Amino acid sequence: MKKDVKLKIFDLMVTARCLEERMIKMSKSADGHFWLGGPGEEAFNVPLGMLSRPGRGVEYDYFHFHYRNAATMLAMGMDPRDELRQANNRATDPFSGGRNFVNHFARVEWNVCPVTSTIQTQWLIAPGTARAQKRHGGEGITIVTCGDAGTAEGDFHIGLNWATQPGWDLPLLFIVTNNRYGISTSYDQVHGAGNIAEMARGYGMEFGIVDGTDVEASYSKLEEVMDFVRKERRPYLLEASVSRLYGHSSSSGANRVPEDSETDPLEEWVKKLIKAKLLTRKDYQAKYEAETQRMNEYLKEVKQEPAPTPESIYDHIYKDA
Amino acid sequence: MATMAQAIRMALHYGEENLGVTDVFGEDVGPPLGGVFTASQGLKTAWNSPLDERGIIGTALGLALAGQRPVCEIQFGDYIFNTIDLLKIVGNTHWSCIGQFEVPLVCMTIVGAGIHGSIYHSHSFESVAAHIPGWKIVLPSTPIDAYGLMISAIKDPNPVMFLYPKALIRVKGEQRIPGEPDEKILKRMIDAPTGPTLAHIEQARVDWKPEWPSGLTDYQVPFSKANIVQEGTDITVVTYARHVFMARQAAAQLKESDGVSVEIVDLRTLYPWDRETVMNSIRKTGRVLVLNEDTPVCNFGEHILREIITECFYELHARPRLLAGADVPGVGLHEILELASIPQVQNIVDEIRGICAEEP
Repeated sequence: MKKDVKLKIFDLMVTARCLEERMIKMSKSADGHFWLGGPGEEAFNVPLGMLSRPGRGVEYDYFHFHYRNAATMLAMGMDPRDELRQANNRATDPFSGGRNFVNHFARVEWNVCPVTSTIQTQWLIAPGTARAQKRHGGEGITIVTCGDAGTAEGDFHIGLNWATQPGWDLPLLFIVTNNRYGISTSYDQVHGAGNIAEMARGYGMEFGIVDGTDVEASYSKLEEVMDFVRKERRPYLLEASVSRLYGHSSSSGANRVPEDSETDPLEEWVKKLIKAKLLTRKDYQAKYEAETQRMNEYLKEVKQEPAPTPESIYDHIYKDA
Repeated sequence: MATMAQAIRMALHYGEENLGVTDVFGEDVGPPLGGVFTASQGLKTAWNSPLDERGIIGTALGLALAGQRPVCEIQFGDYIFNTIDLLKIVGNTHWSCIGQFEVPLVCMTIVGAGIHGSIYHSHSFESVAAHIPGWKIVLPSTPIDAYGLMISAIKDPNPVMFLYPKALIRVKGEQRIPGEPDEKILKRMIDAPTGPTLAHIEQARVDWKPEWPSGLTDYQVPFSKANIVQEGTDITVVTYARHVFMARQAAAQLKESDGVSVEIVDLRTLYPWDRETVMNSIRKTGRVLVLNEDTPVCNFGEHILREIITECFYELHARPRLLAGADVPGVGLHEILELASIPQVQNIVDEIRGICAEEP
């Protein structure tokens, strides 16, 4: 990995972390009603965004994201203010106009399909976008993400089955980010399987596992499997082990988990960059403080923007025929 | 005249040739069967899905989000209930993303009793469907309306729930669809050869291709436009699907026996429904019966009744009423059970007599 790529990943990880921390604070004040997001997944989610091909239409990638994918959206080019607009329920929220929860993205220009809080149902929708891409040809793929808990739903298996229909193997990258919890229920309580990825075996699907807290491992694995799906036009199930540094969401307090209880991928990456002499601790602290300040300034700006109007609830129920 | 199954088939053919339909799919929708009710025989874009209603609705949504124009089928309305959460997602997608993505999909499913379908092949769905915002919902009673509503559904950029009545699927129309050839010729042209077993059917259809009528058009029945099936002066019956025909029989009987003049309004589109035609008819007659076969609690007809009471209360000469299916968990198989569960002609006659006997 080249030096500039390493530093770009670092920059995006810091931005993502500071954006999420800003939104966590908002959820504890009148500035936001709720928070759930992805601190602890940046080492995986930033490379995912960097390697994807956003655009509009079947030539480009389609995304059915988790609400923990803010770092991916930032790596794809999202202005952090857009997510702050959603967190603050502004009319200017470009994803939902103040209608949806924080980190529920939707951007037609990038084929980012509307995120539904019921994450696993997106595994039913992804075969549809992937089928359109299979028919079209080219190198566009569909990417769908879920957590480990959701894989207990039948919809997990439906997705795998529809992606491997005879004659219709789909260009679909299934991603399970395994943080080993569904809110408060641990993976070990409710999953008999040692890992999730191997369930793909029953469908004749390629699969793999990666340490999603390790930037280089994640980047390299994503590069490999995205290239496979693009070129082979066949599905792949990738399981990434990740951390959950602020719990499930506001519902579990959104407080930083005890030191050393989970790997902090940003801290690990900083240590590597310092060891490689690409960064100093002081550089990191300066960057972190600057990004924190930038998010504070952005929030002040966003809060001045208009709130949705009562009449707007009736907008967009139907597209005009 | 064409049956409703043939009418739907012709509309889907017109849709895939001229209106950009990319996929007609569901359980047994593609070859060799072409739908358990034959509504998708011979279509070039028809394909068989796994036996998986959730996958069908989800994939239809994904196809629509990717700019395709899918028509999916849930084989029986009774089997759509395990997709309710997905129907909600389909209905809220355009709204939740403030209009960024369009969802031009049609979901067709056959509903209602009348074929001795027992507990799992007799259910209605319109009342539940009407409770899922973001969809348009149609339920035709004739082949020509089925054709015209399907063309409208395909052309619409929104999700459309195309319900169609089991009891009428083989009933021939009274009105010719534009471009429809004579009945025997049509049958020879577009009905696939059949056989006693699946193996025979497969064999018979190896080289079969439909010969589609060349004169089909984009004849549309516009959404939200009810049809006054027959004019009358004493009472309005607001209904749809099979009960349009039952209401006609009841009306004929009442005219003969009681001299009562019944106006029958076939809603055709259940949501958004044609309030103007309904209210104007009630203002004229002063009496109304809402009629359907769904179970009675939170019945779609109750919504219509509420709107009628709000808008026309002081113009009514008698209490408005709903005649619906029985409040039971299912439609039993024995004919006696089915007849007791679904409003029959005599029930309609009795209800109309009761309403007309009330003095203001």
